[in-house]
Amino acid sequence: MIWVIAILIILFLVLPVLIIIPMSFSSSRYIEFPPPGFSAQWYEKFFGSQQWTDSLVTSIQVGIITTVIALLLGILAAEGIHKSDFKGKGILTELFMMPMLVPAIIVGLALYRFEAQNNITGTFAGIVIAHTLLAVPFVIRTVLASLSGLNPNYELAAQNLGANKFKAFIKVTFPIIKPAVFSGGMFAFATSFDEIVVTQFISGIRLATLPKRMWDGLRQQIDPTITAIAAIMIIGITLIMIIANSKEIFSRTYHVKEEVLDETD
Amino acid sequence: MEEKAALEGAVSFNKAEQLTMNYTAKRNKRRSNKSWMLLILPALFLFIFMFIPLLQIIKLSITDAGGSFTLAAYLKFFQSSIYLQVIALTFKVAFVVTLLCLLLGYPVAYAMTKCSKRISSLIMIAVMIPFWTSLLVRTYAWMIILQSNGIINNILMGLGLIKEPLQLMNNTTGVYIGMTHILLPYMILSLYPVLSGIDFNYVSAAQNLGANKLLAFLRVYLPLSIQGIAAGSILVFVMGIGYFVTPSLLGGSNDAMISQLIQVQVSKLLNWQFSSAVSIILLAISLVVLYVSKKLMKVDKLW
Repeated sequence: MIWVIAILIILFLVLPVLIIIPMSFSSSRYIEFPPPGFSAQWYEKFFGSQQWTDSLVTSIQVGIITTVIALLLGILAAEGIHKSDFKGKGILTELFMMPMLVPAIIVGLALYRFEAQNNITGTFAGIVIAHTLLAVPFVIRTVLASLSGLNPNYELAAQNLGANKFKAFIKVTFPIIKPAVFSGGMFAFATSFDEIVVTQFISGIRLATLPKRMWDGLRQQIDPTITAIAAIMIIGITLIMIIANSKEIFSRTYHVKEEVLDETD
Repeated sequence: MEEKAALEGAVSFNKAEQLTMNYTAKRNKRRSNKSWMLLILPALFLFIFMFIPLLQIIKLSITDAGGSFTLAAYLKFFQSSIYLQVIALTFKVAFVVTLLCLLLGYPVAYAMTKCSKRISSLIMIAVMIPFWTSLLVRTYAWMIILQSNGIINNILMGLGLIKEPLQLMNNTTGVYIGMTHILLPYMILSLYPVLSGIDFNYVSAAQNLGANKLLAFLRVYLPLSIQGIAAGSILVFVMGIGYFVTPSLLGGSNDAMISQLIQVQVSKLLNWQFSSAVSIILLAISLVVLYVSKKLMKVDKLW
């Protein structure tokens, strides 16, 4: 009984996502189910349109730069929180998590105003700043969880053997926390690549990310071209999940969550 | 005798190890008293791009066009039944979605603890695929499923079960379905670690002592899982209050949630003062809900 219920709920989770894939190969000019025939028309339309491909390239560029900056800031913050000891450290840690806790629409409104005053709305830098702000807490969270499980004597041993602090961190600590850094980077990239709430305020007509184009396409009418890129993204994610299942990312993603939740006991 | 000596040896060794750990940790702290400098750059980034903009929004919400202090925007919000209805609807949607996620998430998380490692990691993949899939893509999927010439209506009309298409989106039904689907993975990921930590022998013991299955579940298993229920529910509820994308695309124009109110006031009406005030109200609501639920449920870390 419990199994039937569980399977039905899992189908509810997975089917709506997977149904996009057959729909994207439909030969119909509208959304029609079941698809009357096979065609690659929406893929041709997507890759034939400069607007769509430009937005894809923009999203990938923004995502990569956001990930790099978010990792740098996030690792600095996590190591700083982990190592230092001063009054108000707890509050500062909570403040670092704020961009993740506050509803994105508020961050969006505030940043929109701020960026408009400084004339950086609609620029590459403006979008990267917004995405980095939202991505850093994910990096801090994953890296901090990994650092707090680390034996401090490893780094001390390296320092006793003559390494300076920086070298000890790079040579000893970093290799140990690397899986957490990797998973934090995944979160950062996914946050940026998917971001729309803040981006719909600050992304302009000239420079639009992929979600911004999709957003505009969905607001007016349901444009079936979106099924093509949606299907590519779903297949990509599914492949990563299946490959990663036997490797690091997957276990990291939910082990980290387990660790975070375990601390609630 | 020998065993006892070995045990004592182990204990004293452990103590010695602990002492050295304490000592090195203390020395470590003293030595690295400059570590706070690592925080300068991230704190500066956060301050410039988060707190200055937020302070500006607060200031904006309490100044009128002439630049003098006023609470007009807040008064307008709390004196109008339209805006209070928006708040009521926001809470209602967040509450219903949380309840649905709990009802749907619990059996899945429970099933995961009761099957082989292999199956449970398969279920985990099934949970992670929607979790990692773009929010817009998932909402889009629901649009093509729920719209009047969408998949569900296509199938139902093809089977001759209905003559007129059902109105499944552009109303709160669509918002409930879409948001439940999108937030369900968060609930499962919060419940699973707690449920998998429950010792099932307690339930068996209750059954041996005469409780039936339902009673053993209600009196023993459910209370043991309260941590997970609390963590998952708070997470989903707080995320639900601030939701924007899914209600905008699947909801109707007459039942806007608070985030949509903020966006429309700025993008369409350019009413910065009112929009800022609504943002501050939403911020206050979210922080109060988080703080109170943390205190009540003793959940320290959610994210």
